[in-house]
Amino acid sequence: MKDNIVKVLLKALSWGILAAIAGMIISVIGGWVAKNPVTFIQQMLNGLQLGFVYAMIAVGYTLVYGVVKLINFAYGDLFMVGAFVSFYGITQYGLSFLPALLLATVACIFLMVIIDRVAYKPLRDAPRIAALITALGMSIFLEYFTALKFVFSPDYIAFIRPFELVTWNVGGVTFTNIQLVIASVSIVYFLGVQYIVGRTKIGKAMRASAFDKPTARLMGINVNAVIGATFALTGALAGTAAMLYATAYPQIFTFMGIQPGLKAFVAAVIGGIGSIPGAFVGSLIMGFVEAMTVGYVPLGSTLKDGIAFILLIVMLLIKPTGIFGDPFEETK
Amino acid sequence: MKIRSLPTWLTATLFFLVVGVGFQIISSHGWLSGYWQQVIMLGTLMAISALGLNLKYGYAGLFALGHAAFYGIGAYSSALITKDWIVGWSGNPAGGLAGVLAIEVGFILAVVAISYFKIGHLRNLMRDKLSRWLTPFEASVLATVAMLLAGGLTIVVVGGGSGWLVRQGVLALVPPVLGALPIAMSQQVIFLLALLSGAVLAGLVGFLVGLPLLSLTYDYLCIATLGFGIITYVFFNNADKLIPTMKGARGMVNIPNLTTWPWVFACAAVALVVMRNFIYSSTGRAILSVRDDPIAAETMGINAFKFKTLAYALGCAYAGLAGALYAHLYSFLHPSNFTWLKSVDPFVMVVFGGVGSMTGTVLGAYTFELLLEGLRVLPAEFIDWRYVIYPLIVLAVMLFRPQGLMGNKEWGFLKLPKIAKKEHGQGEASAGMSKAEAQASEN
Repeated sequence: MKDNIVKVLLKALSWGILAAIAGMIISVIGGWVAKNPVTFIQQMLNGLQLGFVYAMIAVGYTLVYGVVKLINFAYGDLFMVGAFVSFYGITQYGLSFLPALLLATVACIFLMVIIDRVAYKPLRDAPRIAALITALGMSIFLEYFTALKFVFSPDYIAFIRPFELVTWNVGGVTFTNIQLVIASVSIVYFLGVQYIVGRTKIGKAMRASAFDKPTARLMGINVNAVIGATFALTGALAGTAAMLYATAYPQIFTFMGIQPGLKAFVAAVIGGIGSIPGAFVGSLIMGFVEAMTVGYVPLGSTLKDGIAFILLIVMLLIKPTGIFGDPFEETK
Repeated sequence: MKIRSLPTWLTATLFFLVVGVGFQIISSHGWLSGYWQQVIMLGTLMAISALGLNLKYGYAGLFALGHAAFYGIGAYSSALITKDWIVGWSGNPAGGLAGVLAIEVGFILAVVAISYFKIGHLRNLMRDKLSRWLTPFEASVLATVAMLLAGGLTIVVVGGGSGWLVRQGVLALVPPVLGALPIAMSQQVIFLLALLSGAVLAGLVGFLVGLPLLSLTYDYLCIATLGFGIITYVFFNNADKLIPTMKGARGMVNIPNLTTWPWVFACAAVALVVMRNFIYSSTGRAILSVRDDPIAAETMGINAFKFKTLAYALGCAYAGLAGALYAHLYSFLHPSNFTWLKSVDPFVMVVFGGVGSMTGTVLGAYTFELLLEGLRVLPAEFIDWRYVIYPLIVLAVMLFRPQGLMGNKEWGFLKLPKIAKKEHGQGEASAGMSKAEAQASEN
């Protein structure tokens, strides 16, 4: 009898604490919504726009990490190169939107494959840290090399949009054709990558190489070619994402890749690195959190970079494998 | 009897005397411009920072990228202390010292109290008790909340209380005591205190950061420490909201110019000797064994996590010391000196010089700084090439000689001591081994 009372009391206490925490979070967000629902939806749309761009980069990180277990630090800078290539395509050769997108994509594919051949391939059997440092060195090299005057110049350059900006106003919430383009391209790429990895022969080879390289080799899979194909796929993602990002936030400079690259990687870790839907969901969460920080937290625009990493550290402490991660990954 | 070589302590003392006094003579005769003197001093303090990173990465095998954050913590905290004493901004000349010391003492005592009361253990104890009535999830929720409450209470009572006492004590005692000294001497004493407290604060923050993060491995550790570096950078950028004199993104100015060659050199010499003795002690061997094979080390009774945290915190303290020297060298601090890209600089020095080699690290630091400044003689259009060359060097070293130029070789008095080497060679239990190690090797 006494046991039962204690049990009920403790149960009530523990669920009460959980409910109080949940209630606090809901009341804070609810407060934002109640203050001005239109602004809130507007912020959410901005967050989604950012999240869809991050999603493409994050999928690129997660693919490489899944197959070669390497944080491709140079990926953010590949993204930067894509933005510059599309900029020069538009200004020098007067390309319209789709050809410029194609040009950036192809350029990034080539550059990524070359980086893989030169810097990563010789270290494939070396300790993982060696490859990581090489990736870091490659990243810094790309940043400073492209900042030279005869390459891309160290200046901030205003990106010229290849198409007219159209805005629609629905009940006070404005959204643009850029947002529609970004969301649709990002979803198409996501479905495409899912299809390639899940349904095609090369995708099967990728999964086999990710799982066990020596065995995959024994089964007649050309592992190096598969890894090259993975890098090419991520190059395509970076090139397209770069063009879209530059269209949405029209200012390019040679260090522009660092922040989106790092945040997309953080998003991939939050979603569960190695998982493609995880990278997608994690990026949307990341975009949402960033937009909310800028919109509602005092000093938000200076704090937003810090918040992303606080989120990362909290996630690593609670569940290092991420939302969609394989729970047994860490023990392997 | 023929004396083959001088004892180690004598060669070390002679070496330090020759180099230290020699450079002092050269610079006091004006044979070296003030600019190059500053470059040499910068190289020396970067060598301290790189030695810290070498301990983290070379000896403990922790690939951590947040080194510049600790460098910045040491720089800002020490600058607050000396600036308050000499320029004055908080009303009491010891205000900065009192604040930093209060944080440090409060922090240490809070950690001691938490481990003394076994508050981490409390959670498991309570969860086991509660699991009689509750599901595991509910039990762990209640236990975690109780642990957080108990921990928070301990931190506030023990840490806050002792910190407050220290603050009051320093505010009341230090100005009259130091004020009795001649002004020049009191400035040097404050500088010494600032250097020490900068290093200690960086080490403590390193310990605090290491506790949760060091259980992560490889890439996760890298990205989490990188994240910490960016969080610290954001904090420095907005620090003026907390302490107005830190000036945030505008940069902290008017820091007294106290760093001189004797200070830098003495700090570097002490840092080098401490590092050498630390790494050849039984603790150092334990750290090396954890790097080489954590599982084997654990079976030998070595607490891998403890030694990783120790190495990490000590490495951070070295970064803090270097930062404190840096702050008083140029008398200007800006957050952009402590971004995560700056964490790569000491990394390049270590990788270039030799991972796990003190000689290599020191040589790497000087090579890096002298090369970076020496390349300024290039014509103006090639100046920007400096930052293109150094990642290329990293790439080349990683691809062709991943262990660095020196590998893990040491020169002179930094070599493994003879006695230890002999025992090492014969595979006997050495005198310096801890009980557990000795037992394990007997079995």
